[in-house]
Amino acid sequence: MNSPPATAVAFDDVRLAPGGFAVLENARFAIPEGALVGLIGPNGTGKTTLLRAILGLEAPRAGRIAVLGGPARRGNPAIGYLPQRAVTAGPRLSGRAMVGAALAGHRFGLACAFPGRGGAAQAEIDRVLDLAGATDFADRPMGALSGGQRQSLMLAAALLGRPRLLLLDEPLAGLDPLRQAEVVAAIARLHARLGIGVILSSHDLNPLLGTIGQVLYLGRGHAVLGTVDQVVTGPVLSDLFGAKIEVLRIAGRILVLAPDGTMLDGADARL
Amino acid sequence: MLGFDFMRHAFLASGIVAVLAGAIGYVLVLRGQAFAAHALAHVGFAGAAGAVLLGVSPFAGMLIAAFAGAGLMGALGERMAERDIAIGVVLAFALGLGLLFLHFFTGSAAQATALLFGNVLAVGGATLRLLAVVSALTLAILAAIARPLLFATLQPDLAEARGVGLRGLGVVFLLLLAMASAAAAEIVGVLLVFALMVGPAAAAERLCRSISAGIALSVGLALAAAWAGLTLAFYTDWPASFWISALASGFYLAALGIARLKR
Repeated sequence: MNSPPATAVAFDDVRLAPGGFAVLENARFAIPEGALVGLIGPNGTGKTTLLRAILGLEAPRAGRIAVLGGPARRGNPAIGYLPQRAVTAGPRLSGRAMVGAALAGHRFGLACAFPGRGGAAQAEIDRVLDLAGATDFADRPMGALSGGQRQSLMLAAALLGRPRLLLLDEPLAGLDPLRQAEVVAAIARLHARLGIGVILSSHDLNPLLGTIGQVLYLGRGHAVLGTVDQVVTGPVLSDLFGAKIEVLRIAGRILVLAPDGTMLDGADARL
Repeated sequence: MLGFDFMRHAFLASGIVAVLAGAIGYVLVLRGQAFAAHALAHVGFAGAAGAVLLGVSPFAGMLIAAFAGAGLMGALGERMAERDIAIGVVLAFALGLGLLFLHFFTGSAAQATALLFGNVLAVGGATLRLLAVVSALTLAILAAIARPLLFATLQPDLAEARGVGLRGLGVVFLLLLAMASAAAAEIVGVLLVFALMVGPAAAAERLCRSISAGIALSVGLALAAAWAGLTLAFYTDWPASFWISALASGFYLAALGIARLKR
């Protein structure tokens, strides 16, 4: 067997413009395989678009995107995905049923309606529920669960099929700080245990500090990749946003201040 | 009761349609497209009335019109809010068109009543065979696409990323819905299709935590409504469509009550 490619995701002068509206220009970076990367940027900077491009759902208008050694393509089974609005229906179905619907849901046939019959299918569902720490509440209706519990279940669905790269779109959105810390810890455990790459987007860097190895910072249609200490500095972010940006480090938190004094990051910091 | 040919036909026809309506209805309720089913039945009514005017089979007219309506709905926008209005406008126009066709058709008012409220006791052998074929075909296609359809219904973004074609599945489901609406209209009429297709399914959706249990209960309740409704109609001489719709609505109310008690 060949040794795995060293690069999980490589952007080569990529331009992304969904619906003709440019959100990313000349993006060039390479995320090594197995890295835990935070995709950070203010709302509306194209975090979801970038993740959709890796999934092959958003074709680049220019440049090339390579994912795990091949071109980005739709339906790549090596990628696990947790969308921002993961579940849109079925509030009375159990988490187990919801994960079961995702199991081989891309193939035709009936089995999704009856996952309990197949021993192998049930074992795979149990495996991902256990990995995501969702076993205890998997039999309760989705509508009766907390946001964090629902997030864990959909994380389990993302782990179906043993992906080598996980894309998590705003997994911390709408959670209180305590739940955020729990979800971040669960993701870090998964990353350590499975050794797979993880890219998770967040508009707030602070909950991820100390967990992510690298940060991919988006602003003004550009992207910069590096460690937090390399990227989240006044000069680098000023260059990225094209304006004078101040970066303050207070009590283990990082505050990113725009020229008008509004916070680009750390906005929910309670000082 | 089953000594009569027309009752045996009615039981068979309503049983076939109940299985179809229960299965399709459960997916329909999960997808939140109940209103679309209601509208398709009305579009089907215009088609059936047109067919009566032309002197051809009302069922064929209903099927063709509902197909056209389903295709149109599929081609319309994705946003549900806009769709509600578009569907409502089409629904109103279709009902008006149906009325116009019946106005030109100077036959009996019974024909109109049968289209609107069904006439299950008049189902003949030919209609029965037609219902069996349409139902078997619809259920077979539904079974073939059930897995991606349910995946796309519950987790559309993840399904899309895994390569499931959301739009194509949505259109195919609307076409299946058109076939089921036309079949159900033969039993309870276009105005009460909603009762057979949505009442039992909504009750099952309230009560079941797994998809397989939901489909089974939905089909079971639809069968119960159809057959108990027929039995009650036989002994009371009230319209079968009334009893079927009353039972289906009753099941939904009971499910609401049970769900509340369980909490």
